[in-house]
Amino acid sequence: MSLALDFLTVLTVSAGAFFFMAGTVGLVRFPDTLSRVHALSKADNLGLGLVVLGLLLQAEGLLAALKLVAVWLLALLAGATVTQLIAHTAREGVPPA
Amino acid sequence: MAFDIGLALLVLGVAAWTIAARDTFAAVVGFVAYGLLLALVWVRLQAPDIALTEAALGSGLTGGLLVGASARLRHAEMPAPGETPGAVLKLASTVLCTLLSAGLAAIVFLLPEPAPTLAPQAAANIAATGLGNPVTAVLMAYRAIDTLLETVVLLLALVGIWSLAPNRVWGGFPGPRHQADPDSALTFVAQLLVPIGILVGIHIFWVGSVAPGGEFQGATILATMWILAMIAGLVSAPPVSRRWLRLLLVAGPAMFFGIGFAGFLAADAFLAYPETHAKLVILMIEIPVTLSIAATLGLLVAGPPERITQQ
Amino acid sequence: MADFLLGAAGFLLATVAVGLARILRGPGDAERIMAAQLLGTGGIAALLLLAKAMSVPAAVDVAMILALLAAFVSVAFVKGAGRSQGDRA
Repeated sequence: MSLALDFLTVLTVSAGAFFFMAGTVGLVRFPDTLSRVHALSKADNLGLGLVVLGLLLQAEGLLAALKLVAVWLLALLAGATVTQLIAHTAREGVPPA
Repeated sequence: MAFDIGLALLVLGVAAWTIAARDTFAAVVGFVAYGLLLALVWVRLQAPDIALTEAALGSGLTGGLLVGASARLRHAEMPAPGETPGAVLKLASTVLCTLLSAGLAAIVFLLPEPAPTLAPQAAANIAATGLGNPVTAVLMAYRAIDTLLETVVLLLALVGIWSLAPNRVWGGFPGPRHQADPDSALTFVAQLLVPIGILVGIHIFWVGSVAPGGEFQGATILATMWILAMIAGLVSAPPVSRRWLRLLLVAGPAMFFGIGFAGFLAADAFLAYPETHAKLVILMIEIPVTLSIAATLGLLVAGPPERITQQ
Repeated sequence: MADFLLGAAGFLLATVAVGLARILRGPGDAERIMAAQLLGTGGIAALLLLAKAMSVPAAVDVAMILALLAAFVSVAFVKGAGRSQGDRA
């Protein structure tokens, strides 16, 4: 059982790392600021979700697992909203509001 | 091992970029990036308490402070010709910095094996304090006098910042006025993150008695959430002459001093805790101190008073 | 398992380094603000992996703080980037 869990963890964490790399490739290669911000937030958040999923399989106890999910949700929330602010600044040249 | 080498190289690279950056804003971004990477270094060195403090205070709050300063200094970016350092000054500072780094490296490499440490004594006596985290035991029990003086130093720094205000706005509202646009993304971010942040701050403070955490880290998170609410225009900075604000600021150090003097009655020394109630007394100190430090740090970043009226 | 997680954290750090090298060079303030975001997400992932690999559960708390502080610092940067002399109250 734990062998199967370990295998799944290796799989999901590797997939998460792959998405992080994809996000960085987009960051380096995309032509303008807005598409770079897009690559950064989407790919990195998906990568983080997969990494958290892999670590959930290894978590000891319900509380530790809930904490991991809470960190992921917080990062998702913060990332999505802050990206809007960055994009607004990039597009309009002035901060929002 | 390879991980540590890679991390160290990354930290050095970001530090070098920060020093070489042309523009103050870019340098502040580099500084914050450097701080976040340092938090990783501390975790690698098995010191999560310091990692928490570095991420919250050294990188996050200081980053907010510095970016506010760089925004204020934007119009004075170009230094006067007389202020650019000459070749002799640059050479002298290079030599001094190299000597300092070599000295520190020598100290680290020449440490005796095993390195001198008080950690076993600290861990052995921790049962008397009622705490489970040795770092908190050092901060609040063994060396409580240092923590007390730190809170006073923070207050003095705040008074120093307030004294930068011109006479006519003395006692006024700190910082520029931030308008809140109810539909904007900024308001949404603040409304969502501030309650969560307050919960996280209280959690980090509370868990500090048995796990890495404590009052400084918790207070910093509370302060950053207050600053976030102020930046987004959700709350307005209170004028610094308000009595309740000043009472809040001194409540922590005052309670600390009070319990310190009460230690003469209860256990024969300044800041000595009675044997059976040590944890309760520590808690009585920590709660006001956390609130005071959160208010002090928030006002430090808000800056000196700039307006006399709300507008 | 611990070695694999440590290796994954190292790989993540390498991608963050490459991303940083690109953003910190980029023109304009918006690029620089993205550095905080990149380090935030990458740092959180690395910290969660380290928490398991090194058996330091407090690293998850550090990751939580990192999420909050990266958001706060990004907001401060956004507000501080576009400020000109004209909009001081």
